[in-house]
Amino acid sequence: MNDIKMKVNGREVTGSVEGRTLLVEFLRNDLRLTGTHVGCDTSQCGACLVHVDGEVVKACSMFAAEADGREVTTIEGMANADGSLNTIQQAFQDHHGLQCGFCTPGMVMAATTLLRDNPKPSETDIREYLDGNICRCTGYHNIVKAIMAASGQEVDRAALAAE
Amino acid sequence: MHNFELVKPTSIEDAVAALKEEEAQPYSGGQTLLPTMKARLAAPTKLVSLLGIDELRYVRIEGDQVHVGGATTHATVARETKEAYPGLASLAARIGDPAVRNRGTIGGSLANNDPSACYPAAALGSGATIKTDRREIAADDFFEGMFMTALEEGEIVTGVTFPIPQAARYEKFIQPASRFPLTAVFVAKYDAGVRVAVTGASELGVFRWTEAEEALSKTFSADAVKDLKVDDADMISDLHGSGAYRAHLTKVMTARAVTALS
Ligand SMILES: Cc1cc2nc3c(=O)[nH]c(=O)nc-3n(C[C@H](O)[C@H](O)[C@H](O)COP(=O)(O)OP(=O)(O)OC[C@H]3O[C@@H](n4cnc5c(N)ncnc54)[C@H](O)[C@@H]3O)c2cc1C
Ligand code: FES
Ligand code: FES
Repeated sequence: MNDIKMKVNGREVTGSVEGRTLLVEFLRNDLRLTGTHVGCDTSQCGACLVHVDGEVVKACSMFAAEADGREVTTIEGMANADGSLNTIQQAFQDHHGLQCGFCTPGMVMAATTLLRDNPKPSETDIREYLDGNICRCTGYHNIVKAIMAASGQEVDRAALAAE
Repeated sequence: MHNFELVKPTSIEDAVAALKEEEAQPYSGGQTLLPTMKARLAAPTKLVSLLGIDELRYVRIEGDQVHVGGATTHATVARETKEAYPGLASLAARIGDPAVRNRGTIGGSLANNDPSACYPAAALGSGATIKTDRREIAADDFFEGMFMTALEEGEIVTGVTFPIPQAARYEKFIQPASRFPLTAVFVAKYDAGVRVAVTGASELGVFRWTEAEEALSKTFSADAVKDLKVDDADMISDLHGSGAYRAHLTKVMTARAVTALS
């Protein structure tokens, strides 16, 4: 067993995990942070995205023991301090960027690092950045729209539909 | 997944010592190995993580060469070689998706030598040198066929040196489900001539298309490859495309790269 210690959403946590325990298993089963979803478990879908030291990674494709000593942020850590939705989350709600919501935690985590690195992305930038995030419901248009809106840019419905 | 012990050495020396144990395996970004272990296609009893070894994580630009540490992530290469070697940066920036690029490493990609991986094309197309804990291997001698390399048991890739070309371009025809190339071509123009490396196409893994290299070294234009034939005998045939289709793509991707560079 490996004794591990990390910061999750700003809080120090400790645990004892096997070598093979995935980060997503530690988050969901040990910490009961079930906002991080497992869609495929084969590194394909992005539902399990979290931030490790500020960068997106697939929590199903990293061992918990590898996050020892690191800072992890999950969807539970994204809302504003008063519990209200942050700008990106609110934009997803306003623009119907989700239907069943299964992919949404991963989408929000990806959108967050995208907008940090590229505050005014084009629609193509957004679609490329979301290459590893699969959504079975929305057809992506409204997700792209939500991220455009969250970046403070005008949302051009006609252009989006034509893409 | 079968259980294993995860060790995190902080020096190359300690990593190599840990790898002497039977059933021990190097582990970098895990973007290939971890899913392989989930599928129980690999079951090492000890994983030796290389990501905690600082001396394996660097990008250094020196004169007309780029040196990349073995455990450097795709994201870091994409960011830090943008000015010195844009052809390489652009290849790294298109591997998989952002999360894969934040974890996956150049050493893991080269050691794995997936027949559809991107980095082998850059290494072979640049005539790079692969450094290990015990020797240096020219890219021309490193890749020995699908998932096969010149690496010995327990030998780790510690770095790669790329000679910077006048210009280079990676044309990747994406297989949309996996985001790996269906076929991709890396074309690099050096004073000594043009190199053309093809990935995703051959049963024998990455290869140099020497006829195209000769033709392009004489005349650098897409027309120069127009009448060449790509032999499809060893080409991969699967549900995504026939061997003949991949042979055709090889030519089309090469011509596109050359056009973009002309
Ligand atoms: C969704 C997805 C999309 C992807 N798309 C692409 C793509 O478009 N193009 C592409 O090229 N790749 C792609 N990949 C693969 C990705 O680039 C991997 O990161 C890479 O192939 C392996 O690097 P790694 O550091 O993750 O290695 P690991 O998975 O840790 O290891 C891979 C193998 O190499 C060995 N190894 C690791 N490091 C070393 C070393 N330094 N020396 C010797 N042996 C070592 C391991 O023992 C193992 O056998 C994709 C992966 C995923 C999950
Ligand atoms: S659950 Fe991790 S990528 Fe799908
Ligand atoms: S909203 Fe259902 S999977 Fe995206």
